[in-house]
Amino acid sequence: MADKTKDEILYDHNHDGIDRRGFLKCMAWAGTGTLCVMQGGVMKSFALNRPSVPGAAVAKGELSFVQISDSHMGFNKAANPDVAGTLQAAVDKINGLATPPEFLLHTGDVSHLSRAEQFDNVDQILKSTGKQTFFVPGEHDVLDDDGKQFRQRYGKDSKGSGWYSFDQKGVHFVGLVNVINLKAGGLGSLGHDQLEWLEGDVKHLKSSTPIVVFAHIPLWTVYPEWGWGTEDSGQALGYLKKFGSVTVLNGHIHQTMQKVEGNVTFHTAASTAFPQPEPGKAPSPGPMTVPADQLRSYLGVTNVNYVRGHHALAVVDTKLG
Amino acid sequence: MRIRVCMVTLAVAILVMAILIAGGAGSKVNAQQALPAIEVKIDNFSFGPAAITVPVGTTVTWTNRDDIPHTVVSDDKVFKSKVLDTDEKFSYTFGKPGTYPYFCSVHPKMTGKVVVE
Repeated sequence: MADKTKDEILYDHNHDGIDRRGFLKCMAWAGTGTLCVMQGGVMKSFALNRPSVPGAAVAKGELSFVQISDSHMGFNKAANPDVAGTLQAAVDKINGLATPPEFLLHTGDVSHLSRAEQFDNVDQILKSTGKQTFFVPGEHDVLDDDGKQFRQRYGKDSKGSGWYSFDQKGVHFVGLVNVINLKAGGLGSLGHDQLEWLEGDVKHLKSSTPIVVFAHIPLWTVYPEWGWGTEDSGQALGYLKKFGSVTVLNGHIHQTMQKVEGNVTFHTAASTAFPQPEPGKAPSPGPMTVPADQLRSYLGVTNVNYVRGHHALAVVDTKLG
Repeated sequence: MRIRVCMVTLAVAILVMAILIAGGAGSKVNAQQALPAIEVKIDNFSFGPAAITVPVGTTVTWTNRDDIPHTVVSDDKVFKSKVLDTDEKFSYTFGKPGTYPYFCSVHPKMTGKVVVE
């Protein structure tokens, strides 16, 4: 009897088939190595480190990838004097996952000062995953050259300032660039050309196609006072309204955050380099120094699983220590 | 007697003129030396002071004291620094009067203004 009620939707206030109470309970566990999978509108959670996980086939999923972000190679101040070491720890974490990812997404601020040796260093460290990494730039990657070097390295098939899309196992991935041509006093910006391209790129896709959008600065307004938002993301999300499952993966704020709005799940990843304060909890959004033995608990990687036929992708944050 | 008075008057006149010329030349030199270099500190994601007013010909130097890199970019493309890491500087000499709003192109919420009179 108890098992039967566990799978029922208990709180469906919005009448959209999503059990929000169950979802929120699940999200509270995320970050401690918990896998939350949506099945028929109800969240089920599984601890990632349990040896025999119920529904192990579900946990495996049909597509699994990892998002990392904000490696800031070249940063060496108090908040983390060894960003190469913590990036290596992130790679070790990825290599130790029960389900290896098919590829990686890096949501930008790969380097700290856009220097060639910093990009080289990241490439070298990521090599040991044996997987391809898809990149989008952060504002630290496009200094002094508007991203020319970044596009040469990571954007061979990209257009404009470096946007592109690709498909994997029926999921459509869109990499967007919102760190170029920023205006004084403004937020992140996609720009007219990129928006026009996006509209055309998704126009003819079936609404059942799961969409994953990845970009550096959050595509929802997290905290405008600190520039944590994108001015024209509303227009981009408008083009994605028809899709049943949209997952937006961002970085930039160096802390994990989630928001669900209808069919769209927004998620920001932790940095692999240093944490930043929560919105408004410090005079400015700069690097936050924490006791050395706690640093790795503020850093992390994000594991994403897609199971065909399920409503949303399962997004799980794992700390580095 | 009359000649002496005339001579004295002439001497005084020449002396006064000499003083005036010397004084005038001196004040010109002092005016050029009086332009101080102006410093703006970049720290905690802000320019300090954010708004300054300076005379034409002033050189303003921005120094980054933050633990994150920043840039100094004029809204109207009048000047543009390379990226400044901690302790790096950028200087610009304002030769023309006007209002020069600027911002950090990496963190566009950081803004400042130089008014040149």
